[in-house]
Amino acid sequence: MEHGTILCGFGGQGLLFAGQVLAQAALLEGREVSWMPSYGPEMRGGTATCSVVVSDLPIGSPLVDLPDSVVALNPPSMARYEPLLALRGLLVLNDSLIEAEPTRTDIEVVRLPCTELARAAGDDRLVSIVGLGALVARRPIVGGDSVREAMTELVRKHHPELVDADLAAFAAGFDRAISELAVAASGGSRSA
Amino acid sequence: MTTIAPVGPDAGSRRLIYGHPEMLTDRSSHYCPGCGHGIIHRLVAELLDELELGPRTIGVASVGCSVFAYDYLPVDFVESPHGRAPAVATGVRRSRPDAFVFTYQGDGDLAAIGTAEIIHAAARGERISVIFVNNGIYGMTGGQMAPTTLLGQRTTSSPTGRDAAVAGYPLPITEMLALVPGVSYAARGSIADPGLIGRTKAMIRRAFEVQLAGGGLSIVEVLSTCPVGWGLTPVESMEHLAHDVVETYPLGVLVDRLLEPPRDRAEG
Amino acid sequence: MTTLLAAADRGSAEAAGPAVRPILMKGNEAIAEAAIQAGCDAYFGYPITPQAELLEWMARRMPECGRVFVQAESELGAINMALGAAATGARVLVSSSSPGISLMAEAMSYMAGSELPVVLVNVMRGGPGLGSIGPSQSDYFQATKGHGHGDYRVPVLAPSSIAEAVGLVADAFEIAERYRTPTMILADGVMGQAMEPVVPSYRMPERLPDGWQLSGANGRPPRVLQSLHLLPEELEAHDRHLQAKYRTIAEREVRWAGEQLDDAEIAIVAYGTAARVARTAIQRARAGGLALGLFRPITLWPFPSDALAAVAPRLRALLVVELSAGQLVEDVRLAVGDRVPVLFHGRMGGMVPTPGEVLDAARRAWAMTEGPAVSR
Repeated sequence: MEHGTILCGFGGQGLLFAGQVLAQAALLEGREVSWMPSYGPEMRGGTATCSVVVSDLPIGSPLVDLPDSVVALNPPSMARYEPLLALRGLLVLNDSLIEAEPTRTDIEVVRLPCTELARAAGDDRLVSIVGLGALVARRPIVGGDSVREAMTELVRKHHPELVDADLAAFAAGFDRAISELAVAASGGSRSA
Repeated sequence: MTTIAPVGPDAGSRRLIYGHPEMLTDRSSHYCPGCGHGIIHRLVAELLDELELGPRTIGVASVGCSVFAYDYLPVDFVESPHGRAPAVATGVRRSRPDAFVFTYQGDGDLAAIGTAEIIHAAARGERISVIFVNNGIYGMTGGQMAPTTLLGQRTTSSPTGRDAAVAGYPLPITEMLALVPGVSYAARGSIADPGLIGRTKAMIRRAFEVQLAGGGLSIVEVLSTCPVGWGLTPVESMEHLAHDVVETYPLGVLVDRLLEPPRDRAEG
Repeated sequence: MTTLLAAADRGSAEAAGPAVRPILMKGNEAIAEAAIQAGCDAYFGYPITPQAELLEWMARRMPECGRVFVQAESELGAINMALGAAATGARVLVSSSSPGISLMAEAMSYMAGSELPVVLVNVMRGGPGLGSIGPSQSDYFQATKGHGHGDYRVPVLAPSSIAEAVGLVADAFEIAERYRTPTMILADGVMGQAMEPVVPSYRMPERLPDGWQLSGANGRPPRVLQSLHLLPEELEAHDRHLQAKYRTIAEREVRWAGEQLDDAEIAIVAYGTAARVARTAIQRARAGGLALGLFRPITLWPFPSDALAAVAPRLRALLVVELSAGQLVEDVRLAVGDRVPVLFHGRMGGMVPTPGEVLDAARRAWAMTEGPAVSR
């Protein structure tokens, strides 16, 4: 089973790091993984992108053309990657910055106010970690425990004081994506 | 000066003051009559003898007439691409901290194509010695204009004489290098007469000693002749060197930072 | 064939056993660390995207290990420092990206002529000229057919994963020193910038005995390392010696890997990142009923011509996929002649073909070669 994820937003939103956490979590689980940062022509316009492929078999392309999941943190990211999503793919949207509604009906969408949740967790720059929480809540590419372990490992190295905030941001995204699901199941409308 | 044990019936009363340096091979040289390289090779060879450096010397040969320096100086040698000798010497020096490392470069090699390499070796303060032979011309390729060619000098590529409006001015690169804190010693000598040859030898000795003392880059520019390229006889060449060339390139020690107070050295 | 690929892809994982845990590393950093672990004595470099992390890793780690690191004034400076260090017998690494490699071409020729070992990493970017910083494979001709002037060859190793790159670094030092030749690792921006698992278990090739290295002629005759042989007769003799060496390399050092070739009807020929993209395209093609396989050269020179020629007659076509205008195509055609149609799909300028594009190209190749078997 191979799962390709694209995380996309403005530079400075911590996308590359969130992708690295996902990759590290996959590594901890003994999976095959590749992480590819935005680079070259894709960097135009200050947009940062990161592709993470997790698989049980040796990985082919580290660049993802048919993503199973997209975490879009700003409007251009949604515009660019929504059309590319695989059938029944997952689109995680940062409701704090994206007003437009997705047009596709053959994908799963989860909207949550990533920026506000990140701020509540302690730092605006945790916005990508919130998105990662929502992603892992809806798509068990890796286990939540693996993500927490990976995150702790990576953050502790340089910023031990931020471990708790990162864990809180991840939990906020994860919990909100689960509760959104419950709201949807009970027929309620989405709440921002 | 090399000394060889005197022999013969009056051995006890005579002292030999001039002989063949051990660090100079017996090969007859490929240099043209009146060329200065032979004299300068000999000075280097005498100093390798006197400072007992031969066994730990690695020389870097550059491109130009002196590329065959390794045929005459029997030490380990690596040949460098044109102009890159200071970079090659950097690699040698960093990998062999105990070696004595010198480059032997002409003016086309050092002051034109290799300008970046010499300036940055100087900036890094590489512990190498540079013998820079300036005869104001590209000898090996047939006498073309060099960056050091005098104003008005005719060469095969400045047939009506070097015109500043077209070809700029002679490059005082040793003066430029003397400004760089990584250069511990910079001097300019000449081979125009025996007295000047003696002074030049003292400069090269000082350059070598600076390296042995752990200083930064040391360079001696030696004003030399190219009778064939200049279109002069060997004797005329020496006269030209003595009277005309020195007007553009004054002789003397430009900087000796090891003699300066320690505070300045620390800054360098 | 499949096992060959898996072993190569996993680097030294099997050799290392379960005790050593894989870590995620960027390609540039993994290559740098592999060089250090392979006993690299000296590194010389100059900043250029997309290989700057390699230089930065060396700037930190080489002094830590008591080795030599110099950031040169230019790529010319860097490669000539490498020349000097190599002349003393040091194990030397140099890295750059395409425009910088062009500047290094001069000294590559001198080092080939003087028979000096060095490992040179090219993390390719789009060209010609300043080009782009995007991943590219457009230096294939430069790497395999030349760089500088003169009759010489350079072994070229092309990793297709970061784990494989780690293994090839040790191989490259071994080849460089065994044959006294510059040796190149040809990677691209994706291989340099991506992170993949690497088992931190490394191989340090044995040092060859002293014999030609410069150390000062203490108690032995002086040694001269030179590429100048002014007498044409003398140079021809030297060139013959070099050519004999290249023939030996061509006989002994060919490396390639195959994947799902046994039942393949069309093989994609690709190296490096293009091979990775091809692998995904092959998975999708097989899911749709098209039997595709992968032929992946690991040495680009010497090119695995015989192996490819042996595989070709069983196939209805070869599809060459490259991040270039089709440079590998020429070696593929030379290898297989007219025994099988050779088709091409590539992107240029820093663009990477998508697996979807490659799948479309494979479908077109399939359709073109449908029908009664052509004479093979």
